[in-house]
Order: sequence, then C-alpha cells, then structure tokens
Amino acid sequence: MEEVLGRFKGSRGELIGILQAVQERLGYLPERAMLRIARFTKVPESQVFGVSSFYAQFRFKPVGRRRVMVCQGTACHVRGGAKILDEIEKRLKIRPGGTTPDLEYSLDTVACIGACALAPTIMINKDTFGRLTQKKVGDIFGGTPEKGGE
Amino acid sequence: METVTLTIDGMEVRTQKGASILEAALARGIYIPHLCHHPDLGPFGACRLCLVDVNGRMLLACYTPVAEGMKVSTETGALASIRKMTMMLLLNDHPSDCTVCSKDSKCDLQKVSAHLGITKADLAILRPARRENPVDTSNPFFDRDLAKCILCGICVRTCDEIQGAGAIDFGFRGSKTTIATLWDRPLAESNCESCGECLVRCPVGALVPKGAKEPSREVRTTCPYCGVGCQFFLGMRGNEVVSSRGYRGSPVNHGELCAKGRFGHSFVNHKSRITKPLIRKDGKLVKTSWEEALTHVATRLAGYKGDAFAALCSAKCTNEDNYVIQKLARAVMGTNNIDHCARLCHAPSVAGLAQSFGSGAMTNSIEDLLETKCFLAIGTNTTSAHPVIGLRIRKAVRNGAKLIVANPREIELCRISDMFLRQRPGTDVALLSGLARIILDEGLEDREFIAQRTENFDEFRKSLEAFDTATVERITGVPAEELRHAARMYATVKPAALLYSMGITQHSHGTDNVLACGNLAMLTGNLGKPGAGVNPLRGQNNVQGSCDMGGLPNVFPGYQRVDSAEARLKFEKAWGVALPSKPGLTLTEIFDGAINKAIKAVYLVGENPVLSDPDAHHVEKGIKSLEFLVVQDLFLTETAEMADVVLPATSFAEKDGTFTNTERRVQRVRRAIEPLGRPDWLVTCQIAKAMGAKGFDFQDPAGIMAEVASLAPQYGGVTYDRLEGPAGLQWPCPSKDHPGTPILHTAKFNTPSGKGKFVPLGYIPPKELPDDEYPFLLTTGRSLYHFHTGTMTRKSDGLNVLHPREFLEIGPEDAGRLGISDGERIVVSSRRGKVEATAKVTAASPPGVVFMTFHFAESRTNLLTSPHLDPVAKIPEAKVCAVKVEKA
Repeated sequence: MEEVLGRFKGSRGELIGILQAVQERLGYLPERAMLRIARFTKVPESQVFGVSSFYAQFRFKPVGRRRVMVCQGTACHVRGGAKILDEIEKRLKIRPGGTTPDLEYSLDTVACIGACALAPTIMINKDTFGRLTQKKVGDIFGGTPEKGGE
Repeated sequence: METVTLTIDGMEVRTQKGASILEAALARGIYIPHLCHHPDLGPFGACRLCLVDVNGRMLLACYTPVAEGMKVSTETGALASIRKMTMMLLLNDHPSDCTVCSKDSKCDLQKVSAHLGITKADLAILRPARRENPVDTSNPFFDRDLAKCILCGICVRTCDEIQGAGAIDFGFRGSKTTIATLWDRPLAESNCESCGECLVRCPVGALVPKGAKEPSREVRTTCPYCGVGCQFFLGMRGNEVVSSRGYRGSPVNHGELCAKGRFGHSFVNHKSRITKPLIRKDGKLVKTSWEEALTHVATRLAGYKGDAFAALCSAKCTNEDNYVIQKLARAVMGTNNIDHCARLCHAPSVAGLAQSFGSGAMTNSIEDLLETKCFLAIGTNTTSAHPVIGLRIRKAVRNGAKLIVANPREIELCRISDMFLRQRPGTDVALLSGLARIILDEGLEDREFIAQRTENFDEFRKSLEAFDTATVERITGVPAEELRHAARMYATVKPAALLYSMGITQHSHGTDNVLACGNLAMLTGNLGKPGAGVNPLRGQNNVQGSCDMGGLPNVFPGYQRVDSAEARLKFEKAWGVALPSKPGLTLTEIFDGAINKAIKAVYLVGENPVLSDPDAHHVEKGIKSLEFLVVQDLFLTETAEMADVVLPATSFAEKDGTFTNTERRVQRVRRAIEPLGRPDWLVTCQIAKAMGAKGFDFQDPAGIMAEVASLAPQYGGVTYDRLEGPAGLQWPCPSKDHPGTPILHTAKFNTPSGKGKFVPLGYIPPKELPDDEYPFLLTTGRSLYHFHTGTMTRKSDGLNVLHPREFLEIGPEDAGRLGISDGERIVVSSRRGKVEATAKVTAASPPGVVFMTFHFAESRTNLLTSPHLDPVAKIPEAKVCAVKVEKA
C-alpha cells in the first residue's frame, strides 16, 4: 500500500489514479485502504467513497484470483450468453458480483468484450474463450452443476 | 466595486461584477426557480431549473456570470417546458406526504412546483419511481430521509465548504445515486460532527430535526458553552427552550453553530434543576425558603471576614455576576481570596502575555483568521474545543492558507494540515525556541519589527544557544528536517497567526510556554497586524470576562493590581470601604488553605472543582475540611452535594448580562424565560445587603455594567445601549465614542516602555514523567460533544448518545502489548487515584501517550492528574502525568 502511494504526490487530482493503482495491487478497495487514501490526498473519506462508488471499475469486495467476465452483449445474447452465464453460476455457486469463498473465482457480466465473432464468449483474466457451450463451460470450470439450482 | 449593467426581462439591472445571473436577478427581486443554489455556497448547477435565455442561448443562471449589456429572459415557452419536465421528474421521485412533513410550507420543492403550476394530471403520465430508503435515525438530533432527497447537493457542499468536515458526498451512480457517508453507513457512524449546518440548509424534508418544535418566540443571545461566543436566537415555547438558530449578522459566527450551541440547551429546563434553596440540617440538604437561606449565609459569613474566607466566581456566569462576587469578597469580606477556573486554563496566558505584551488576551479577532496565510496551531484541538474557530481555520486553509499543527495527538486538524509536528507532551518551550533558533540562523527574522517594537532581544538571542536543532530534535522527538521546514513556513508566509490553548498552558511551566509563543511571534513581526498575532483560545464562555472583572486574587476589575496603592485608592473611593492590599490565594492554594485550616468558609458560584480540578482527592479533602461552604449552581453538582447551603442559580437563558468572548468581545446575554432560581448577581447582592453592606443596590445588570465602566478602563465605553448592535464591543473600549479594538498592539504594546519584551527561556521537563511503575503519559482534553464536567452537556440526551462515556485513547501498539482491545473496560491509575474507562484504540495517540477527557462523573479523570503547579500562574499540570493501564 505505502509502496503504491509512494508513486504519487498526494494531490487531489490523483485520486482516481491512486484508487486504480491500489486496486491493482490489492485486488479491491478495502475500507482501510480508502481511509489511507483519504489521508494521503486530504480528500474527505466520504468523497473517496463517492468517487469510487461512481465508477463501475472499482470493487469493494475481495476479488478472486480468476476474474470471470461473461459477455452479455448483443451477439452473445443472441447466441445464448444467458445460458452460459446460468451454467457458470451453477458450477461456481455464485452470482454476478460474487466471489467464491476460496477466493479462486469472481464472476461479473460485461456488455461486450469485442469478440462477437466468437459469441458466446467469456474472459478469464486476460484469456478469451469463445463459441462456448454448456459442455465447454464444464471443461473449463470442472465441478458438477447443481441440478435445479437457483 | 466594479459594476455591470444588464437587462433581465427588459429591466435594467446593475450588479457587482462577478455575480451570477441568478444572484443579480434575486437581488433585484426577480424570482428564477432554483433548488440547488444557496447564497452561502458556490454554484453547483445540479437542479437545472434556473435555465434562462441569454441572447438566444439557454444557460444556467447560477453558473453564468453577468456581462455588460447581456440580455436575459427568464421566461420563454421552451424554458417553461424544460423546467416543467425537470420538476415533474423530481416530484415523481418524491413522496407526497406534505401535510405531515415538518418542512411543509417551508419546502422549496413545494415552492417551485407551485411556481411552475405542476398539476396532478401532469404527474399521472409518469410511472411512479420512488426510491425505497429507510430513514437514517442514527443522529440523535436529526433524521435523514433520503426518499425525500432531491440530490441538490446543498448538504454535501455545506459539509464540505462551510463545516469542512466532508462527512457526506454523492455516492453510487444513475438512479441509485444517493447522499452517502463512507461505506454508506448511518450518519452517526461517520465523521459527521452533528453541527446541523446541513439541517438548516436542506430545502426539503430530507433532513429534519427530531421532535421538531417550532418556537413561538425567539431572543438573540450568546452561547453559554465555549469562549468563541457565538450569537444565536434562542427559541422558546412558553417557558421551555426548544431551539437555537445561528445569528447571521454576527461577526463571530456568521450564523454557524456547533453541536453544543445548536442542540445542547435542554439542560435549561432539565428536571434536575434546583429551584429551591437547600440547607444542611442534621447532615442532610433540605429545602428551605430564600429568606432563611440568605439570612443563614449572611450570618455565618459575617463570622469569617478577612482571609479565612475565599470566593470562587464563575467563568460560566456573566460579567455582572462576577463583578458583584469579587466586590463582595473584597469590599464586604475584606479579602482578595477570589479566583476561578481561569487558574486551570489560561492563568499562564494572563501572566505570560502581560509580561511580553502588557495585555493577557487574544491579540487578534476571530474574523481576522480568514486573512491569515499561515497558522501555527499548538496545543489546541480547535475543531473540538472551539468548533466555530475551527471552521475559520478550515476555511482559510481551503482558501490556500498554510497550517502547521503541533500536538502530541493526531487531532482532526491534521487531516488538512501542511505539517504535523508531533512533539512529546511538555516539550513546547524546546519546540518553540528551536523554531526561533532556526529562524534566526537562517536570517528569516523581522529585523525592523525587532528593532522598533521590541526590547531585550540580545538576551533572548543568547538564550537560544541552548536550542540547537539537534538538541531540540532529541527533546521534542520532532525530526530536524520538519523543524526547519516548519520554521521557514511560519517565518516566511505572512501574516502568520499563532493559536494555542490548554496544551500550552496546563503545564508546570505553562507561563514559559506562553512566553515562548510571544517570543516567536515578535521575532517574525507577527503582531499588531490583521491575520497575525498570538491567540490564546479561551475555554469558557466568559472566562475572559471573569478575569476582566477582577475574579483573580491579584487584580481589581480591569487588571488594576491590588498591591498598587493608586489602584486601591481608586476602588476604596468608589466602594467607600478600606480594601486589603495583600494579593489573595489562587484556586489551587485555596484548597491547600482549606486543608491546613487557613481557609474556613468558601462561597462558590457555578464551578464544580470536585470534577474539574487536578488531583481531585486533594480538592475533596479541602472541601471537607471547610467549616462553611455555600454553593450557587443550577444543579446539585458533585461539589454542591458537599455544601452547607445550596442556592439555586439561573442559566444564561434566564438572566440579562454580558459575556466577553475569547477575542475580548463584550456581548449581551438576554433573559428568555422566567428564572427557575434567582439571577446570580441578585443573589450575591442580597447576601451582601443582608450583611449590611452598602453599594449593592443595583436595579439591573445594566447598572452593574455602568459601575464596571466607571472603574475598569478597558470597559470605559461599554454600555448596554451600545451592545445592542450585531457585533458587541471589543475591549479596550475606553470611552463612549471609542469603537472598540479588534487588533491589539498595532502601534505600541501595553508595557510600561510600549515595547514588546523578549523573555529568555530554558527548557524544564514536566514534573512527573512515566517510569517503570507508571509507564504511560496521560494527557487530557475536551470532546466536541461535552463541556467540562458535563454539568450542562450530560443533561442533553443527544450529546450523551454521541459521546456516552469516558474513553481512554491508546495507540494500537501499546494496546496490543497490553492485550487490550477496542471497547474493553480498563483501569487507569496514577500515584493519586484510579478510574475505570473504556479503551479506544486509535493511532491518534502516539506510543507511550494515552488521552482522556474530564467530562464524566463516573470516570473522574482528575483523580489521576498531577498537582504540580506552574510557579508563576499556579496552574496545575493537567496535561502531563504518569499512569498505568490495566484490564478491568
């Protein structure tokens, strides 16, 4: 944390950059980090929270080692993106926005990852997986889907 | 002032350059609908209702500055339809429970809606989209119903721009946008300071006071809490105090108030007020008549004339109350044994600044602080103890002023400070002298000021030889580089104001600390100029006044020495009696005197030494040794319970009089309700008259002030008529045509030579430092939510919710080592006593230092504190003593 802050001067204008850098290091923005950033930039803590809650990129909960982004853009939607999401939810037993208790996976939906030709697609960290089927999802995530789950 | 002429709706409007179209229109009486504009705040442009047509373009009136020749139309067909739709969307989000909303008829949403003529039919076309927000009832004084919030941001900006707390901001985004604290928690769990500034500005029913009762009448008066002296309108229904509303015309607070000033007045009508005199019979205090009580007091006191008697007057009482008490002690009882709690706070300021400058008071004015370019705030937790002065500092810093905080504890002001010097408690002389040495070494001193306005500089320069930076670093614990940086900042960014409070004075070398402050300010020429000065922030509402009135053992009213034959002659002539020439005993000596039977009878008004004075066991022993104790108070305080006679006094709301605030401003206190007891000045006069004394036939407090004005030169021009204005009068005000003095020492100092005097100093460590047995250093202070021994604030339920019990603040490392966790009960003990408290683990406390307040009768911090006295001012060392901390 201090090492990350060391790269900045502590001016108000750096707030978003600092939030990004800290999130990159910690994976998310815990309360203690936000309080430290508030002190460092002399921005009131409510404003640090206000800014970070405004942008979708900031996370307030720990994120899994593998961040799964399931595309729900138009092309993926047409080609069954919802079913893919459903299958992943069942296998990881978490909903979008959630993280598995072992901090291995977190799940999010995204609007489009720009790989429409491969629809339906997901990304796990920086890797893209395309032309997915429920079976392929099983190959990627393993585990058994809970029948008649949520 | 540069003016601009424009036309609004065909009317020619002349206005100040830089004003917005909205301001120009409103000033001219032209209404443009708006919701997010507030005259105290910068433009925001959130509500989009103030759109106007400027030369064919649609612009926001609040955000567009006026320009010469501009043609503005406030109403066009297009504007009307845009405003209407904007308003419809706002109304669609808003619950329509107007008739049971306490903002009904004062709601801006209603006003704009009516102005635009929105009908039920208009709203029927929209799908209802109400937000479901539970009401945040966590704050004891007001509720936050975010379902009614229109997101105008006035509360957010007030908290940021006016209060400088920044407890709330816009959180989240789009339709989920709401006003949020950090982590969107209830307000009471945030850093909200409960000042209520947002509450008074909220244009709708989103922020409403709890149990709101509108007053049926209001009286302008002075706040009874701290020395800032905020002016407000006290609101009453019948004989009950129900509200207080800041007076915007006051140069002191401009309408702003803190939590105590706005919400802390329920003590006035508290059920435990004593309303009948009490007299001890068979060991018990029983109710009696005024006649019996006064006769009894007069008869008994007659037996203790001379130095066996002592009076303790009160920094909570009016100038008039204090004047007659000291007159009773001197003229009737024939002793100078009179003192009050100033002994425990700013006696070193009175003594030290009198030596340096000739006047022991704040040199500059509160309003002045907005002109300050650099603050050195040493030993003052300003935002807690003097909240509205804290706002001035925050505002000045916001406008670019530098702030150096010097304090062992990480106080709230550190959040915005440029530098935080964390000196070890009790090392202030070394710190201040170290800064002076660096300033001299680097040639940053004001040579012209030193040469023309001061004396004794060479001796002072010589004394600084002992304070080389390495030594100062070793003593204070402040790194050399920080010392240099701070010295340069204070010496070069001008004007620089030095602010201090108990952190400087409550030491066994408190007077030296004060002298060191004076030295540093003179060295840099920061005196007699706006925005500069040495500014002791005085604690009690009228502690300045009670000193001015001669509530001190060595001086008559107006600081005329009792051992000066000339002064004595003046007062003997005025009062028609012979007066004692020997200075009397100080507060701390009075209790020593009681123990060794030199003092036998005490008349104590509006003080609670059993809780407020260091080494409380000693004080208690002194009180128990007395033959006769009369206590005059609002409540049966811990001290009053030990009295032989208790006389019911009146609060600030029940009597007329004056308070003199920390900046020497004499301001009116006005009777607002029927007295529950008798006004203090009247009780004292009745005692004096029952003893057959002459010169106590005052008809009213104005008559007492007339006598004060005739005797105390500083008050020479003060009359009640002149105090009717919004600003009162700042002393010295020697004559009826004198306008008062906002800044002292502008041309010369008050010393005999007219020059400021440098005083050479040496470093003396505190008298009791931690050792193996008592390894922690305890330092004490005040909370934002309570005042002194809590006689008033502990009777306000809301303030008790915000700060319910005594906490011992301890650093995380120390707590970890002792295995103490946050919220755990602990026992703190010193050589003199022990108390229980709750641990609060916080990095605000540096390693080895713990902190407590002294507001709580159930955790009597002053059982622990040190009785070591400053040799000059006789102030006890409340800021440093050695303690140990254990699990309860």
